[in-house]
Amino acid sequence: MSDDIVNIEVDGEAVEARRGQMLIEVTDAVGAYVPRFCYHDKLSVAANCRMCLVEVEKVPKPMPACATPVGEGMKVFTKSPKAIAAQKATMEFLLINHPLDCPICDQGGECELQDLAIGYGRDVSRYNDGKRVVKDKDIGPLVSTDMTRCIHCTRCVRFGEEITGKPQLGTTDRGENMKIGTYVEQSVDHELSANIIDLCPVGALNNKPYRYSARAWEMAQHATVSPHDCVGSNLYAHVLRGTVKRIVPRANESINESWIADRDRYSYEAIYSGDRLMRPRVKENGAWRDVDWEGALAQAADVLKSADQDKVALIATPAVTVEEGHLLSQIADHLGTANIDHRVGRRDVSDQDNDPMYPSLGCSIAEIEQHDAILVAGSNVRAEAPIIAHRLRKAAVAGAAISFANSSVYEYLFDVANYLSGAGLVELLAGVAVAAADGNSLPDSVTELCDGVTASGAHKDVARSLAEADRAIVLLGNIAGRHASYTAVRALAAAIAELTGASFGGLSEGPNSAGACLAGVLPHRAQGGENRVTAGLDVASMLAQAMDAVVLVNVEPDADIHAATDAVARLAEQAFVVALTPFVSDALLEAADLLLPTGTFAETSGTYVNVEGTWQSFSGVASAVGEARPTWKVLRVLGNLVDAPGFDYVTSVDVRDEFVARLGEISTSNAYEASGRIAKVNGADAPANDIDIPLYSVDALVRRATALQLTDEAQRARAVSDG
Amino acid sequence: MSYVLSGHVRDEIEHWKARFPEGRQRSAVISALHAIQHENHGYVTAEQMNAVAEYLDLPTIQVYEVATFYSMFQTEEVGRHNVAICTNISCMLRGADDIVEHVESKLGITTGESTGDGRIYLKKEEECLAACCGAPMMMVDHKYHENLTTDQVDEILDGLD
Repeated sequence: MSDDIVNIEVDGEAVEARRGQMLIEVTDAVGAYVPRFCYHDKLSVAANCRMCLVEVEKVPKPMPACATPVGEGMKVFTKSPKAIAAQKATMEFLLINHPLDCPICDQGGECELQDLAIGYGRDVSRYNDGKRVVKDKDIGPLVSTDMTRCIHCTRCVRFGEEITGKPQLGTTDRGENMKIGTYVEQSVDHELSANIIDLCPVGALNNKPYRYSARAWEMAQHATVSPHDCVGSNLYAHVLRGTVKRIVPRANESINESWIADRDRYSYEAIYSGDRLMRPRVKENGAWRDVDWEGALAQAADVLKSADQDKVALIATPAVTVEEGHLLSQIADHLGTANIDHRVGRRDVSDQDNDPMYPSLGCSIAEIEQHDAILVAGSNVRAEAPIIAHRLRKAAVAGAAISFANSSVYEYLFDVANYLSGAGLVELLAGVAVAAADGNSLPDSVTELCDGVTASGAHKDVARSLAEADRAIVLLGNIAGRHASYTAVRALAAAIAELTGASFGGLSEGPNSAGACLAGVLPHRAQGGENRVTAGLDVASMLAQAMDAVVLVNVEPDADIHAATDAVARLAEQAFVVALTPFVSDALLEAADLLLPTGTFAETSGTYVNVEGTWQSFSGVASAVGEARPTWKVLRVLGNLVDAPGFDYVTSVDVRDEFVARLGEISTSNAYEASGRIAKVNGADAPANDIDIPLYSVDALVRRATALQLTDEAQRARAVSDG
Repeated sequence: MSYVLSGHVRDEIEHWKARFPEGRQRSAVISALHAIQHENHGYVTAEQMNAVAEYLDLPTIQVYEVATFYSMFQTEEVGRHNVAICTNISCMLRGADDIVEHVESKLGITTGESTGDGRIYLKKEEECLAACCGAPMMMVDHKYHENLTTDQVDEILDGLD
């Protein structure tokens, strides 16, 4: 071990470093600041900005700290006259071509070049010749370009090559004429593409929708959590006088590292969409009119109180917060109904009694990349959870065998070990299960499913890579979760995991499937996973029967409900539908009788439990739009009005604390045990039309985010759905 | 219709690809571009670069980067004969600037331009071609012409079809 440690000296202080480490990592670790532009800890070393030059004893010239490996006995001076002179000289060169447009640059005030120019730049330029001017590029609706400001650090280029695996930006021409661009004009398309904004140390790449709408120093920064997928990426909202102006990543190594998906960054636009419901509205004789909150809530409570207890239905989505779920579940208990569900996307609930306590990944998000073999079944993972897709890519780049099983083929920007496709998911997985059994007996639950199935070479390859790996996992995606024969899909995937010694897990829908399950927003289980004495109705069954009252909690019946067909028409036939919703749409106007405006994720406080079981609470960051109220507050008042006991919470933290105190031990086990032998699926294996939800259609916010809808990706998806 | 690489270009790429380790097919980009440029009368188009990228399984930008970096590749349409007059030190001392001026006035174009009939492209700037002993010199379609006089230059240029 001691061979791996070298002793060096940084500014006169003795420091231990790992052999082969770059100087800048060591100076950063001991807090000796070295200025830099091109170095980034998530990217390869380019050493092309030369800003990090430092003096090293016995070396005649200053050395770039980012590209100089430490050596035994090395003495480094980061602030010696020689080092400072080198850094200042570099800065003078960098500023030669940089425009003096800081007052109109969005980066002004949060610019690495501006900051370092104050530390290392001259007051007056000695350069009297013409400055370089570079034409701006149109690289899509998300990222604006001002390429004259570019200092050629190539962070954006390396991001494309190393992080997304889709290099579109590059350096064309050379010398004085060198520029960053795509050469042939095209948009830079990737679900993580806008992270180049944060990487860009100058104002060359900036946030297009945010352009010229605020200055960095005017805004307040509030921590929040992404509501778009099961990862729960950590975000900062930048807020100006109560309005969210932009979203940036909040680094969290164990979840999203320093990246966020583009939809995490731009979905805030939907908060200020023209579709926002501004005040409560009621439908009378087919005509809508505005009402005040008091009247609207009283009417909702009356309907709930007078409804037959078996004929009350409460439908939420996996975006319901823990607090909202807790309140909803208690209202259901008080009303004496178990017709409560959040699984709007799940078609097959026949095996729900064998569900785990909550759907979990089977490992932590960060552990994904430590696996040697992974089978991802029934998933369009880049659309379902871009950060998970990034972790899978990291695993693949590190040498893991990543295989997919899915009816359709999706593009992955890494070497895929095996891609099984061209058949139904049950058929594909049955093949792998047979291969995994390798002549030995299959688990009893899947014997009928595998009866008569023979394993192809590809099936065997997948089974072998899982079996031979030191650490392997089988992951089910959202497409699997929406599959009409989910029971069979899950049993087969669990069987494959069992036979190959892999772990088993999956992605869940929305940001809080886990929290909704724990809170008892389920017809068959009460809070904490306890089985209900009598199971209530799932989403499809609720819609199929005549109800006295239906409460939709932030559900868009036309786009969110996949568990049932014709959800809008079926809701329209129900006696009375109360919709808590931030947005109004034709579908809601048709389906509902009373609309209550609720806040989006930015206007409410709450907690999401992500797919690895991490609880993440956030507070409201923006002022409410119109008369919208946080959903948990609406539910609290509704609870009071229907005389539910104990609804005297002051804050959402009270709600959460009460819930946590009641919640017993949480089981994270994904162990799956079928109730018996699962029958052949007989034709129910064909994927439904809407089984794959496009990247920018996943929820009400994303669907209304203007910039995201302008992307090529969104337009392609629309062209497909319009036929 | 995307551009289809000719058999000759594909042979050339395969020849160079074979000389580098597996996975280093990027090394064949320069020779691929040379071969295409030769067939295409002196320049390469974005479509052709895309075809190279596809053939070598590279992102298109990596081919664009190479083509725009080297002055030997023209990425805009130019005249079919490439005339490159060396203006580096030895040639300059031996009167290269006069040769350039002569050619410019003869053809009615400045360096970096092509004649209107698409016959001649006068290269923007040519660095030392390692023929200092024969200065001043120029290269016409890969052929060296040394110890130039304006009369010789006229003869050479007039001889181009």
